[in-house]
Amino acid sequence: MADSASPSPVHRDTTEKLAQLKHLPPEGFLRTHVFSLDHKVIGKQYLDMALVAVIVGMVLSWLMRFHLGFPETPVPGLGTIAPSSGAGGVMTPELYLSLMTMHGTIMVFFVLTTAPFAGFGNFFLPIQVGAEDMAFPRFNMMSFWVTFVGFLVLLAAFLVPEGAPISGWTAYAPLSAVGKDAGPGLGLGQTLWAVSIALFCVGQLLGSLNFITTTLDLRTKGMSLARMPFSTWAWFITSIIGLIAFSVLLPACVLLFLDRVGGTSFFIPAGLVISDRLQPHSGGSPLLWQHLFWFFGHPEVYIAILPGFGIVSHVLPAFARKPVLGPRLLIGCMAAIGFLSYTVWGHHMFLSGMNPFSATLFSVPTLVITIPATIVVLLWIGTLYGARLRFTTAALFCIGFISVFVSGGISGFFLAQPSIDTYLHGTYFVVGHFHFVMGVAAMFGIFAGTYFWFPKMYGRMMNETLGKWHFVLTFIGVYCIFMPMHYLGLAGNVRRYSAFTDEYMKGSLPLHRFITYAALVTGAVQILFFINLFWSRFRGAVAPENPWEATTLEWSTSSPPPFDNFGTWHPVVYRGPDEYGVEGPSGDFRMQAVPDRGGKGAPA
Amino acid sequence: MSTANPVITSSPSRTGVWVGIAAITMSFAAFTSAMVVRQGAAPDWLHFRLPPLLYLNTVILLASSATLERCRRRAASGAGPAAAIPWLAASITLGLLFVVGQALAWRDLAAQGLYLATGPSSAFFYLLTAVHAIHLLGGVVALIYVWFRLVRTEANNVPSALGATVLYWHFVGVLWLYLLLILAIRL
Amino acid sequence: MGKLFAVLLTIITAVSMYIFLSRTWWLPHDISVLGHGIDHQLMETLVESGILFVAAQLVLAAFVWRFGGDGDGRAIKTFPGGAIPMVVIATLLVGGEVLALTLVGTKVWSSIYQAPPDPNALRIDVLAEQFAFYFRYSGADGRFGTIHPELIDEGNGNIYGLDPANDTTARDDIVSASLVVPVNHPILLSMHAKDVGHAFYVPALRIQQDFVPGLLIPLQFTATQPAKEEIVCTQLCGLGHYNMRGYLEVMPQEEFDQWLADQASN
Ligand code: HEM
Ligand SMILES: [Cu+2]
Ligand SMILES: [Cu+2]
Repeated sequence: MADSASPSPVHRDTTEKLAQLKHLPPEGFLRTHVFSLDHKVIGKQYLDMALVAVIVGMVLSWLMRFHLGFPETPVPGLGTIAPSSGAGGVMTPELYLSLMTMHGTIMVFFVLTTAPFAGFGNFFLPIQVGAEDMAFPRFNMMSFWVTFVGFLVLLAAFLVPEGAPISGWTAYAPLSAVGKDAGPGLGLGQTLWAVSIALFCVGQLLGSLNFITTTLDLRTKGMSLARMPFSTWAWFITSIIGLIAFSVLLPACVLLFLDRVGGTSFFIPAGLVISDRLQPHSGGSPLLWQHLFWFFGHPEVYIAILPGFGIVSHVLPAFARKPVLGPRLLIGCMAAIGFLSYTVWGHHMFLSGMNPFSATLFSVPTLVITIPATIVVLLWIGTLYGARLRFTTAALFCIGFISVFVSGGISGFFLAQPSIDTYLHGTYFVVGHFHFVMGVAAMFGIFAGTYFWFPKMYGRMMNETLGKWHFVLTFIGVYCIFMPMHYLGLAGNVRRYSAFTDEYMKGSLPLHRFITYAALVTGAVQILFFINLFWSRFRGAVAPENPWEATTLEWSTSSPPPFDNFGTWHPVVYRGPDEYGVEGPSGDFRMQAVPDRGGKGAPA
Repeated sequence: MSTANPVITSSPSRTGVWVGIAAITMSFAAFTSAMVVRQGAAPDWLHFRLPPLLYLNTVILLASSATLERCRRRAASGAGPAAAIPWLAASITLGLLFVVGQALAWRDLAAQGLYLATGPSSAFFYLLTAVHAIHLLGGVVALIYVWFRLVRTEANNVPSALGATVLYWHFVGVLWLYLLLILAIRL
Repeated sequence: MGKLFAVLLTIITAVSMYIFLSRTWWLPHDISVLGHGIDHQLMETLVESGILFVAAQLVLAAFVWRFGGDGDGRAIKTFPGGAIPMVVIATLLVGGEVLALTLVGTKVWSSIYQAPPDPNALRIDVLAEQFAFYFRYSGADGRFGTIHPELIDEGNGNIYGLDPANDTTARDDIVSASLVVPVNHPILLSMHAKDVGHAFYVPALRIQQDFVPGLLIPLQFTATQPAKEEIVCTQLCGLGHYNMRGYLEVMPQEEFDQWLADQASN
């Protein structure tokens, strides 16, 4: 990697490259708003898609929760939407499972990967490194549209006659591979699932390609790697993880697809009798799917959460008014987590019948990965020490992020040990764990990012009062929803069950009911957020260029930035991203692109 | 426009191709390990002789790499786009010829009664050759794009896309050699 | 705002811990020889991670309380000693804990899943299908008949696909819908699935194991007291997954022998 602070070497084809880089304003409605090449528009498109996806995913979770709390009570309106599987409003087990599968798939792929990574990353990574756009705007546009088509294909699974797939977001073979003999939803619906995820992989690979190249090659003058903001670092590391992870999931989906429609037997062993029919397959390995899936699946968890790490590390100092403690250590830990995430996939398979010795092998790196994660948390908490905290909504969500990440991370200690996993695997303990550490933490990262960057993206401020109510109620709500799931798990309450009505689990019903109330209320609280989002977009107070007195490049351009990000000005970077609590020209901070003496835009 | 322009220290399209190469390599590593696992999973692996046509195809693909390299040198030598374009056309033709050859090899295999669903070995054969051909066709599209660039740029200007595409094309060739090797060993 | 948050976080932490400690929802009783080791490991982890949890949340709350607001013109301070000492200490603590847990845990794990099969163990062949478990005892000859998937015919009661006409070892095989075992006698399950993945989970035994189609997976346990427990499936297997149950009946040896004899005569 060349140090970009050094003077520009003269390339033979520099003129051509500059011609290529020179941005022209987009022309026409389609180019401006639909098939836009502008990374900012693409980022917003990703975020809007994630918003639709999260609403769908949340409504699905309400339906599930309602059924779990009140298994015999008809859900109002369900009979009309799903006349066969929801006849009379009481959902059938297969409807429950299809809602669960779609909820998990939508949340993991189309919300937690798109919003914090593809959404915010697209909008802010180029600006934070001082580039005019991503390295390959056309690929970037394709990245979004391929992902979007993937989303539509997934939603189409709701509309096919046998319904949406019921094999969970993990789609374990052979259940997911043998076709409709295995049950409702496993026909066309499951095929659509495989196609959708394959498309998603292609979209995210194109995105990762852009993120990596842009970070390596398009940094502006003075923006050395060490001066990159933490959020840029997090997106950069995430895109490397994503590049590897999606490169593996894509072939896995191709193999699954061929097993389903091409008559091959990659994942289907011989001699299976399903619905009284001997299946015309032989020799495949169900564990092969599990290995491929989790080789992707565990890193995916970090794809969901690392951008949140970046956002917290980026936003917290701006409101603590002091730099992050141990910045290099922080980046090192994020990289270490990214690397280690490829060594632990087997911890999802302790009880899968793989060699028991490998369980020990996978358990060690899993426990080791807690060390960099612990360090990151300690660095954040240490950053709060001696701070001058400004309690904006964004800051609160960062602090909330730390709290829920700790809660979820600690339950990971249990599941990382095979000898305890043998009891807790497949119970609500796991559901509680991953919702805290991945679901809620990542959502808090998204919220923090939204409240922080909204002024830059739309040129208007969000309403802080509504925001604080949103935070406080959500924070209480998520603890009420997900903490009790750990108790259920300890009591042996298994997951992926559509009802707990018989003697075995009857004792858990009151707690399930409590969780359901909490989930419905917390869901309703999100309406505050949606209102805030829409109201502020059109009616919010006009945002200044740098409302938070922050330092990084996105705050050195107008809100919202022009199509080429900095207009005629080419930012030059003079310092690291974290100069808070110092004596600066306009307060206790110094901006990356403002030289010590002289105004904005003065070249070095 | 102001004086300070963004500093370009290396070519994004080249970096991009390297990143793409990493991703594709990872995908084929996944396919390969699936193949190894699948072969070990059950005693139903059918060994068969690779269609001899594959070796001719290999020669064609290597030749296309050579002509493309020639094209790149020509363009870089300052002889102008006109001198490079015939070589580019030759490479595209050879590339397409390779794909046609692969299709003929499929027909050869099908004539022996080996289809996608016949057994795991034939399944991997069709799968790997098809996925490789898709990547190669992607390269052809890129070469056609480069053609347009060459026609449009003035003399003495080498589009950076050319260097990047040549790199990608060589990679696809090397990838094919690798695939041929494991197919020859395993099938 | 900061003080409100600090109070809130403290309350959440306290309530969360209180419910754990009050054991309102807790593990079921333990009827397995190995359950003790697992429970011990679980308790150890609960205590250690409970301390970490409370400490982390309370420190977070305290800092938010203490360092909120920037109106008073106070100067910022860095964490005493900077990042390195804190991180080194924490790493040693967490690393030590991790190491200790792994060492102990590995022993527990290997005693369940890596112990060589007990030669005296009672062998039982377990078949999982959508949506039931079946248990096969070898009968007097001590040998199991061979399974022929193409002969499986639930309608005629040939659940396993046995061929008693030609296969003498299959004739005396006993197939039961519940898992009946003698108390204090090692049991060796041999698990396989007929259609898709399933799992075997008996919370009171503290064990869980997947069925993987195409694989034959061993699982050992010894029950220490007479009991009747539910066996539940914990691997998503289709629409009836939530209803996939079996029963484990642990009985004294004599009763078990009697039961087996009764089954054989049917
Ligand atoms: C609105 C708050 C949420 C509620 C009330 C909720 C509730 C649920 C419920 C009831 C299940 C089914 C558990 C089972 O039967 O095993 C579930 C599964 C799941 N949820 Fe959520 N969830 C929420 C948010 C999220 C978020 C933000 C994510 C993002 C990671 C997420 C990811 C998942 C996943 C991956 C599954 C597993 C699906 C499967 O088993 O295949 N959820 N959730
Ligand atoms: Cu994992
Ligand atoms: Cu099941």
